Amino acid sequence: MTDLLKVSELRAGYGAVRVLQGLDFSVAAGEVVVILGANGAGKTTTLRALSGMIDASGKVMFDGHPIGGRRPEQIAAAGIAHVPQGRGTIVDLTVDENLRIGAYRRRDAPGIAADIARWYSTFPRLKERQTQQAGSMSGGEQQMLAIARALMGRPKLVLLDEPSLGLAPLVTQELFRTLADLNRDDGISMLVVEQNAGLALKLAARGYVLETGTIVTSGTADELAGNDDVRRAYLGI
Amino acid sequence: MIRFAIAIALVIAAAYLFGWYIPQFYESTTTYLWAEAFYIGVAAMGLNLLTGYNGQVSIGHGAFFGLGMYTTAILMESHDWPFLPTLFVAAALAFVVGVLVGFPALRVKGLYLALVTLGLAALFPQLTNRFVPRDLCKTCGTSQVGELARVKLLPPSWTPTFIHQPDQWAYYATLTIAVVGIVVLALLVRSRFGRALIAVRDHEAAAETVGINVARVKVLAFATSAVYAGVAGSCFVLVNRLANASSVSTFQLSIEFLVAVVIGGTATVFGPMLGGFVFVFSNRWISESFPSRLLFWHINDSIKSLLSPAIFGIGLILLMYVLPEGIVGGGRRVGATALRRLRRRVSAPAAT
Amino acid sequence: MSLFLTQLMIGIGSGAVYASLALALVLVFRTTGILNFAQGEMALYSTYLVWFFTERSVPVWIAILLAMAISFVGGAAIERILIRPVEQASPLVLVIVTIGMFLAINSIAQVQFGNDIKLLPRAYPNKTWLPGNVQISSDTLVLVGVLIAECLILYLVLNRTKIGLAFRAVASNAESSRLVGVPVGRMLMLGWAMAAAIGALAGALVIAPVGLQGASMQQILVYAFAAAALGGFDSPVGAVVAGLIVGVVGTMTTQYLHVVHDIELVVPFGLILVVLLFRPAGLFGTTRVERV
Repeated sequence: MTDLLKVSELRAGYGAVRVLQGLDFSVAAGEVVVILGANGAGKTTTLRALSGMIDASGKVMFDGHPIGGRRPEQIAAAGIAHVPQGRGTIVDLTVDENLRIGAYRRRDAPGIAADIARWYSTFPRLKERQTQQAGSMSGGEQQMLAIARALMGRPKLVLLDEPSLGLAPLVTQELFRTLADLNRDDGISMLVVEQNAGLALKLAARGYVLETGTIVTSGTADELAGNDDVRRAYLGI
Repeated sequence: MIRFAIAIALVIAAAYLFGWYIPQFYESTTTYLWAEAFYIGVAAMGLNLLTGYNGQVSIGHGAFFGLGMYTTAILMESHDWPFLPTLFVAAALAFVVGVLVGFPALRVKGLYLALVTLGLAALFPQLTNRFVPRDLCKTCGTSQVGELARVKLLPPSWTPTFIHQPDQWAYYATLTIAVVGIVVLALLVRSRFGRALIAVRDHEAAAETVGINVARVKVLAFATSAVYAGVAGSCFVLVNRLANASSVSTFQLSIEFLVAVVIGGTATVFGPMLGGFVFVFSNRWISESFPSRLLFWHINDSIKSLLSPAIFGIGLILLMYVLPEGIVGGGRRVGATALRRLRRRVSAPAAT
Repeated sequence: MSLFLTQLMIGIGSGAVYASLALALVLVFRTTGILNFAQGEMALYSTYLVWFFTERSVPVWIAILLAMAISFVGGAAIERILIRPVEQASPLVLVIVTIGMFLAINSIAQVQFGNDIKLLPRAYPNKTWLPGNVQISSDTLVLVGVLIAECLILYLVLNRTKIGLAFRAVASNAESSRLVGVPVGRMLMLGWAMAAAIGALAGALVIAPVGLQGASMQQILVYAFAAAALGGFDSPVGAVVAGLIVGVVGTMTTQYLHVVHDIELVVPFGLILVVLLFRPAGLFGTTRVERV
């Protein structure tokens, strides 16, 4: 498999505080990769560095092109969609408008309309609320909206930051099933940051474990699920 | 130890400069200018207590200033009071009005509060126009609105002999008030009340949970800060020899205080006073140091006076780019960095 | 009754001006979170430009359009050059920067164009109609007409175009907008640009009947600030409604309430205070604005 995203020596931080100490990882085309780690390990920082929200150094190759140092809107245009932690709902826009803004970079009106219809059929709850202000929806609905908004840009890679945060267990399970479907049926690659390691390792093919800004373990999802340290730290077994 | 010695030396130098040199060796216009810097600094200190330490933005302190100004002028002119006792009346009135304004401020916050206080500044001149007679001084003629009789501005008889001119009296009175104001402020911000101010600014709900009476702290902050502005307004009468709040000046003063606070350094003890100095003297420096000819452009005096606000405005913007924390706050940051570098350089050879 | 309606018309006319300028303030606030103290002076400069063009015998409506176009570009440039470097600074710093702009623009305008009173040619004939004894002047009609046109255009741009959608998205959540590829910086420039153009139009129309000088816009700005606060700093609808309210209440009280003679500013600011006590974010605003 060819690498869709290949990252080497990624370093980033906030002001004088360096959070990421030089990360090497990759995501293959069509693959779901999970990053596990405790609070403050640098998971969110990794995603923010990839999408250009914070300054970072190191080499980031995406789809054969270097994207390090580019601005967020350029990286979005290159085909990386970032679903931020806390869902990043554009609260004053309606559900419909949230989806249309997701397609901001596209010019094909018929294609956009078709995609909106498609995500409404995937997430019927969103269709019910299409004219409602997005900020008035429940957390689970907003998470679906965030994912649908990201997919409206027809990304090659989706970065998901804690998609289960604040959701009820049943809603989370449904969400992960949808993510698995999207990966299997549409071949969308994903890089997922998640606290719920059990669910994440079922979804992902491979994973990395991040501790204080360094990757300490990596392997296939099965290997990680069988690893004693990982089990103790993240699976609560 | 060295630091202490430097501090002592600085205090002595400042005492000599401000206490003797300026009022005794400069012409009266300069003395008045310094006195102006002091009272603007005092009003800015008060605003800083509210905005810097307590986080409530006011663009209406010109009104409290005006209140003090008119109180002193009316008492001196129509009731023959000497200057000093009027300060207490001005302070008391400002405190009461400050409390009255502080109550609605409990509910109206942030930029909305700024706008309501702006209304206060816009309204004040209309109130004085309507309710205060235009010629406070019956003997002065009507040359200037709110002018005061000369004789009332002379130094009182109990002052030492080296204070014999009106400008020196205005200067020393304002200087004393400024020094007292700074000392009180320094004690205040280190007291329980000062810590409560900061706690309320940083996190109102958290302050409440540790037992701070948020409403009382905020209203008191407003009132105390109004007292500073009111007393500064009293000084204005002595320095400018008149009491007048035209619509432009009350609003402009309110803005000037805010500018002095931010360029000096919000939530610092000396910042606003320094900001007042910078404000007053940069304006004069700009108009004085202007060249009469710039390449092919002949600059006459009227253009100079029109152009100096532009220079000041641009300077203000540039200062905000370079030192967004103000002179004191920014100076501290630059100083700390320099000190760290120096230490590193000193200790580096020893380590290798 | 006819006197009442006449006063109402006059009030609506001046209210339309406050509404326009308040709209400009809201556009800037929604995008960059800044209360622009220099908005009135930017409009002043634009109005000097109108005068400059008409002096060179450009027809007055063309001159206004030219000035609006230049202001549009100028507003965008101000955002990009002066505001962007301090975008992340504290609100107080931003206030000081716009105060600096206020001083600079006012003084530059007077140096560049001279500080004598300029008379602008009227953009339309000065007429008064008397339907049923109610006086309606062409000033009122034009000001109201322009306000309606402004609102209509703004509504169409914001709600019916892609760029308008992006603009609203940035105003609501800049980070998420950036993540889907919206060029946020350009939207901020657009906010300032539209505000400057609207201000230019309002300035040119309101100043034409009275003459242009350095302090022309200051009183109007105070009323526009009052309107923006009354309506809610983040609400364009609020700005328009509140602008009209401030205008009408202002003329009505000077006509009928002799208690407030000479202190007519009591009325708008008293109104604001009362409204804000019950609705701390203005009539139409959302509470998220309260930070500072």
